[in-house]
Amino acid sequence: MIVNEQLAIDHGLKKDEYVKICELLKRTPNITELGIFSAMWNEHCSYKSSRLHLKKLPTKGKKVIQGPGENAGIIDIEDNDAIVFKIESHNHPSFIEPYQGAATGVGGIMRDVFTMGARPIANLNSIHFGSPQNKKTKNLLRGVVHGIGGYGNCMGVPTIAGQTSFDSSYNGNILVNAMTLGLVKKDKIFYSKAAGLNKPVIYVGSKTGRDGIHGASMASASFDDKIEEKKPTVQVGDPFTEKLLLEACLELMAGDSIIAIQDMGAAGLTSSSIEMASKGKLGIEINLNKVPCRETKMTPYEIMLSESQERMLIVLENGKEEQAKKIFDKWNLDFAVIGKTTNTKKIQLYFDEAKVADIPVNTLVENSPMYDRKWKKSKLPKKNKIKKEDLKNFKIIDVLKKVLSDPNICSKEWIWQQYDHTVMGDTIQKPGGDAGVVRVHGTNKAVATTVDSSAIYCWAHPLTGGKQVVCESFRNLISVGAKPIAITNCLNFGSPENEENMGEFVECVQGIGEASDYLKFPVVSGNVSFYNQTKNEGVKPTPAIGGVGLIKDYKKMISMDFKEVNNIVMVIGKTEGHLDQSLFARSVLDEKSGPPPEINLFNEKNNGETLLKLIENNLIKSAHDVSLGGIITAVSKMCIKGNLGINLNKPKYLINEMEYFFAEDQGRYIIEVSKKDLKKVTDILNKNAVHYDELGIINENELYIDQKTKVAIDVLKSSNTKWLSEYMSK
Amino acid sequence: MKSSVITFPGSNCDRDMDVALRKFGFKNKMVWHSDAELPKSDLVVLPGGFSYGDYLRCGSMASKSKIMQSVINFANSGGMVMGICNGFQILVETGLVPGVLLRNKYLEFICKNVFVKIKNKKNTYFENIDTDVLEFHIAHNEGNYFCTRDQLKEIEDNEQVAINYCDKNGNIEEQFNPNGSIKNIAGIFNKEKNVLGMMPHPERMIDNYLSGEDGSLFFSNLISNLK
Repeated sequence: MIVNEQLAIDHGLKKDEYVKICELLKRTPNITELGIFSAMWNEHCSYKSSRLHLKKLPTKGKKVIQGPGENAGIIDIEDNDAIVFKIESHNHPSFIEPYQGAATGVGGIMRDVFTMGARPIANLNSIHFGSPQNKKTKNLLRGVVHGIGGYGNCMGVPTIAGQTSFDSSYNGNILVNAMTLGLVKKDKIFYSKAAGLNKPVIYVGSKTGRDGIHGASMASASFDDKIEEKKPTVQVGDPFTEKLLLEACLELMAGDSIIAIQDMGAAGLTSSSIEMASKGKLGIEINLNKVPCRETKMTPYEIMLSESQERMLIVLENGKEEQAKKIFDKWNLDFAVIGKTTNTKKIQLYFDEAKVADIPVNTLVENSPMYDRKWKKSKLPKKNKIKKEDLKNFKIIDVLKKVLSDPNICSKEWIWQQYDHTVMGDTIQKPGGDAGVVRVHGTNKAVATTVDSSAIYCWAHPLTGGKQVVCESFRNLISVGAKPIAITNCLNFGSPENEENMGEFVECVQGIGEASDYLKFPVVSGNVSFYNQTKNEGVKPTPAIGGVGLIKDYKKMISMDFKEVNNIVMVIGKTEGHLDQSLFARSVLDEKSGPPPEINLFNEKNNGETLLKLIENNLIKSAHDVSLGGIITAVSKMCIKGNLGINLNKPKYLINEMEYFFAEDQGRYIIEVSKKDLKKVTDILNKNAVHYDELGIINENELYIDQKTKVAIDVLKSSNTKWLSEYMSK
Repeated sequence: MKSSVITFPGSNCDRDMDVALRKFGFKNKMVWHSDAELPKSDLVVLPGGFSYGDYLRCGSMASKSKIMQSVINFANSGGMVMGICNGFQILVETGLVPGVLLRNKYLEFICKNVFVKIKNKKNTYFENIDTDVLEFHIAHNEGNYFCTRDQLKEIEDNEQVAINYCDKNGNIEEQFNPNGSIKNIAGIFNKEKNVLGMMPHPERMIDNYLSGEDGSLFFSNLISNLK
């Protein structure tokens, strides 16, 4: 095949990128080499539009063992234990083929974690669909949920938390982000950096097939009407093989034969071999005839670009091949010595005794394009003037029922009941709370984790939205009694070539950076997904933040369900009555303009840390952060979970009742305190200058407002739980 | 008491079962599927998971693995064999217990707490448990128990039904049936009652911080019955 500019463009490369390749090689690449360049230089693998901005994120901290740049980030949780975690997108494949797309997303992120030596202990996901009225939504949701469950359940890793949203901007481009946490001993972490000359390069796992060829390039393109034709670029998952691969790798890792290990994810054998060589400043030579193939007559091009799942590349110590092979034989997995490390600093491929590729590694990595894309600054929208008279026409209980059954607030039990969330026997907080919590097996410690995003806020004002998501993650961890340690981010945006979308990206990243810096909540891993758009219309900017925190004594964990009648309920943090961009404004008033609630990082930090102090002193019975739907929604959920009611007081200060109860001001938590502890609690709050209001007293089964209006908790529960299961069964 | 848990390729509740058995005093050994001989055991457990990926009928591949002949011989000579979830599916495939397990009625994986009523206490598994209703946990995609009418009659005549899905008061009704199982059957015995297959996972209910404590009740009772 003749390689020319047009063929390069068909591979998703730009004209000037092709020129650059020819310059770097000082010749025209052959077809295999062109394939390799296109795979390494696409947006998904090269981060060419985002690198410049990602550099600004805070990535260091006392607890950070490994920041971005490896397969996953690693944090210290003391006693020689560490948590490896990362989030990754699988948006494009999931829209084309929801089951396999979502399943392989889960499989891929688990491999990223266990390739570092960690046993996965928890999965999470953040999934976003089009409007419920869109005719594709239901099947996409069902397919994605089945895919996530199909893979995670088979692996025997509990799926303990997640987030689901609906918004018409995802009609033509859903988002599926999967996150995994793994547990590793600090002195048994494995990296992808190759070292030493003439070390055997080993291929293990599934055989290579023609599936997923150019998956990463597909993920870097926009959707159009011909998207269905891209089905063959979606990989097919085999969780059973991955389970065997996990056990075999961990068994091999218990010894000392591995120098470097890297999973074959996006761009398969290409990116894994190049990454290992690049990090080790070495060359790698591979004989492609030795690669175990599932199909006959596969070409070097196909072998290098296949994205067949469940494969790993390992650089072993010399002489350990037999010992390693025995382990993979035991688990019925392929094991092949396919090459060796060299001092050429080149990637050299042989097939049928001919050299089929010869590329200096640095041309693919260091010399890959980096763009300073043009971007547009966004303005803070003007505040709406919602008339108090307009609010008077609403009956608060009717509004509450509507809000509780809103697709973006309602219970997602229909989804998480399909995920095995209890396997491994350490899940002490199940999905449906503020954060999932798993114990560190055999210890008193537990790890809390949550995944959050607020596309509406990010769309209204990206800088504020970016800050808000980090704060929400921080609050969710604190609400279960965990000290927040670090985050991973999955940045889902439209096209970087569109100035507005690029502006959203730049400003969201800036917001994430400011908040994580202030809260000492560094970013240790992440992933960027651009081109989430159909026919030039981007999705709402959706950075998803995965947070991880530590509970030193799991017996001190807090949950959100109200515990006891006559206990006092308070809200921490000031309620100003911010309704713009709230669920109430958007869904009830149908008012979609205005700025998102402001973020005050000092208050976030102070309120959160003070609440942790209260929890540490055993003064808190239940806690829940106030987010979508405001105070009354948060309180109602605590009632529903605890099967208890509440007598709510009328707000003391002069804002409207609707504003008080439905506003989405930030930095707030609802807490339950027993009467005998009230003085101690208010003393600590006062001492730390934390604003609080007493909201009311817990009763048996009704929600009363100011002794006048009331509703049974069962009624609220049915509003909250019915929508999704009814929607899915229609 | 000595127990053995068999690990098949794709088993994923083998460790959880090991943890549970040890917690209640068993000396447990993990046994690899391609071993020929069972170690000396008072109880053999086939754990949950997705043996061989469940790519063929659930449990069918595992039922043919090397160790299973030894498990079958052990069962036929009166040894205690318990299959949980995928282990139940394997037992059905060996024919040690009658019937089959179909895909859940609503075609979805279900992970949640359920109540089960103990139907027969004249056996080593449930004798001396002083309650009739247990809160257990299920997590499966293929737990819809089915058998022919003749088989059902035989099962009932021989009092082989171990537990039925019910509500917290022990009412066995269709609305409390999570997966469409015939007669709400959640677990059954062989004729001799030394082999038990059930969908619920007692090993996930062994401390207050997990889904509940009724698994603790089950295991502590089991070991004391075995002694």
